[in-house]
Amino acid sequence: MTLLVEQCLNGLQFGLLLFLLAAGLTLVFGIMDLVNLAHGSLYMLGAYFAATFAAWTGSFVLGALLALGATLLVGMAVEVVAMRRLYGRDHLDHVLGTFGLILFFDEAVRLLWGPEGLSLPLPPWLNTAVQILPGIYYSSYRLAIIVVTLAVAAFLYVLVMRTRIGMLIRAGASNREMVGALGVNIKLLYTLIFGLGAALAGLAGLMQAPILTVQIGMGENILILAFVITVIGGIGSIRGALVAALFVGFIDTLGRAFFPDLLRMALSTAAASTAAPALSSMLIYLLMAVVLVFKPEGLFSTGNK
Amino acid sequence: MHKALVTMGAALLLTASPAAAQNKSVKIGFVSTFSGPTAVIGNNMRDSFELALDHLGRKMGGLPVEVIYEDDQQKPDVGKQKTDKLIESDHVDFIVGYIWSNVLLASIKPAVDSKTFLITANAGPHEIAGELCSPYIFSTSWQNDQTPQAMGLYMNQKGVKSVFLIGPNYAAGKDMLAGVASTFKGKIVGQELTTWPSQLDFSAELAKAKAANPDAIFVFYPGKAGVQFLSQYAQAGLKGKIPLYTAFTIDELSLPLQKDLALGVPGAQEWVNDLPNEANKRFVADFIKKYPGKKPSFYGAQSYDAAMLIASAVTAVKGDLSDKEAVRKALERADFKSVRGKFRFGNNHIPIQDFYLQDVVKDANGDYVLKTVTTIVKDSQDNFHDKCPMK
Repeated sequence: MTLLVEQCLNGLQFGLLLFLLAAGLTLVFGIMDLVNLAHGSLYMLGAYFAATFAAWTGSFVLGALLALGATLLVGMAVEVVAMRRLYGRDHLDHVLGTFGLILFFDEAVRLLWGPEGLSLPLPPWLNTAVQILPGIYYSSYRLAIIVVTLAVAAFLYVLVMRTRIGMLIRAGASNREMVGALGVNIKLLYTLIFGLGAALAGLAGLMQAPILTVQIGMGENILILAFVITVIGGIGSIRGALVAALFVGFIDTLGRAFFPDLLRMALSTAAASTAAPALSSMLIYLLMAVVLVFKPEGLFSTGNK
Repeated sequence: MHKALVTMGAALLLTASPAAAQNKSVKIGFVSTFSGPTAVIGNNMRDSFELALDHLGRKMGGLPVEVIYEDDQQKPDVGKQKTDKLIESDHVDFIVGYIWSNVLLASIKPAVDSKTFLITANAGPHEIAGELCSPYIFSTSWQNDQTPQAMGLYMNQKGVKSVFLIGPNYAAGKDMLAGVASTFKGKIVGQELTTWPSQLDFSAELAKAKAANPDAIFVFYPGKAGVQFLSQYAQAGLKGKIPLYTAFTIDELSLPLQKDLALGVPGAQEWVNDLPNEANKRFVADFIKKYPGKKPSFYGAQSYDAAMLIASAVTAVKGDLSDKEAVRKALERADFKSVRGKFRFGNNHIPIQDFYLQDVVKDANGDYVLKTVTTIVKDSQDNFHDKCPMK
């Protein structure tokens, strides 16, 4: 029982973290119709900035806040310099262009910070476990991630559903041409959305940094999951991204946690422990396949694609 | 058709000619990981190999040495491709390197088939010690099971009654966990293998280990994964509650990132930087001199030994590498000064050697360093040598 609660929290934490990445991706994809493979690079930059600023200021929280601002600025700069050239072109051009950006950022990071990677140590109050229910201890840092991401999700909800910018974002997601025809400054809106997506990716990266360490190419593995979530949730839908991210987080974590035990009932211990990790990492893709069969547009389609 | 025959004939001539010529240089292929997160390890191996060549005056048995470095990207298919390339188009005399057991396993066949001597400077899958042992394969490291076996013995000494094992799901990970299990006398309450090398979040595994409530946790996570594991172990609140025992998880390359997290976490190793022999003192001092800001590691020590081993054989056969049988016998004698002190091969070309307990301490400058605490096991030989048909 204790184990189940803890694994569910692990799943929730992982899912929410993926949501941060997928939210930015789905916004950019849905509104600008831009496939951005370099989203993972922004995630990596968030982590590198946080490790650097935290070392300079000596404070984890201050370092994280500065890193958030820095990734936002980098994101907006990337949009103005590179992404603007790609709008309205073929998806293949997007893939090529943003893949180039991945190589650029990886090499830039290697030049600036060196190939060894960095570590982002946690302050003592985050580096322990706290008692959340009688007898159940949970990593205070992972708990902090859950709280922060939930707050960000709430902020995004208010931003998208209750503000004028949000209205434009939603309008842009369902009909871009019409929004432009109505005299909205689409250029500025795009820069802001891309910056927001970058900041969300940076936040995910810097929060993962103390868990996974900071290294070149750290965004590439997780980017695949973010794309899977975008596809399951429906391109352009933040609500879809949240639901799909939670699904993926839970399936991944609970799969790893309980699938080996289930398999051991059927197979020998050795065979089960070898096969289980491979099979449980397939579960997410199975989910995607099933969703695509029944809802090819994703769970919460925005409807214009 | 006629043209094709001519081309084929020309190709045959081309491939045949180098063998006929007397060696003018010693050609060595070096396969390791030089890109991605574990490039640090490959670079350390290359640095140490280059240092050994400096110490040898860049000559072996009077012949100049040529080394071709190839990046395996930590992928078995790429490693095999690079090995093929070194053998077929570069015609190397020796192939050295291999951090990863799965990469090595994919690469041994081309080496053995072409009768090219392969010296693994790290990977030690049980297959090459047992049924797949070959006159052409040598190791300057260990068989994977050996180091964790030493750790198992140490846990017995510490009175550990139950342990939970965690490691990556690939050839070496499975060997390592089997190694502990073979010497540990207590109960193994659980075992988790994680997807390698992509899985970096161990929350689910740590939660299961905690729930099993063992006396100790044993892990094997080489490279960056070791840093990630130690951070997450501390974040899960297990540090100070369930002691951690390791193999190949804390080394000079991961320590600068692990820092305090590694203090008090014991590991087993066949080489530690403070081993008191002359060859080692020279290796460590010159490494630090040649590469300021870097530190020698066991990966490097094994690569250094590999260079010295090859040099000893080339010298013994007076540079005539065409007589494979003579080269093999010379390699088997292992007539060189190893940085781990005494060095000899078993029948399967895996070293018979001592394993030490290493601990992390802070030195006078506030740097984190590894030091030898004690010898856990003397003259350890792997469990698979009986299965090797070579006598």
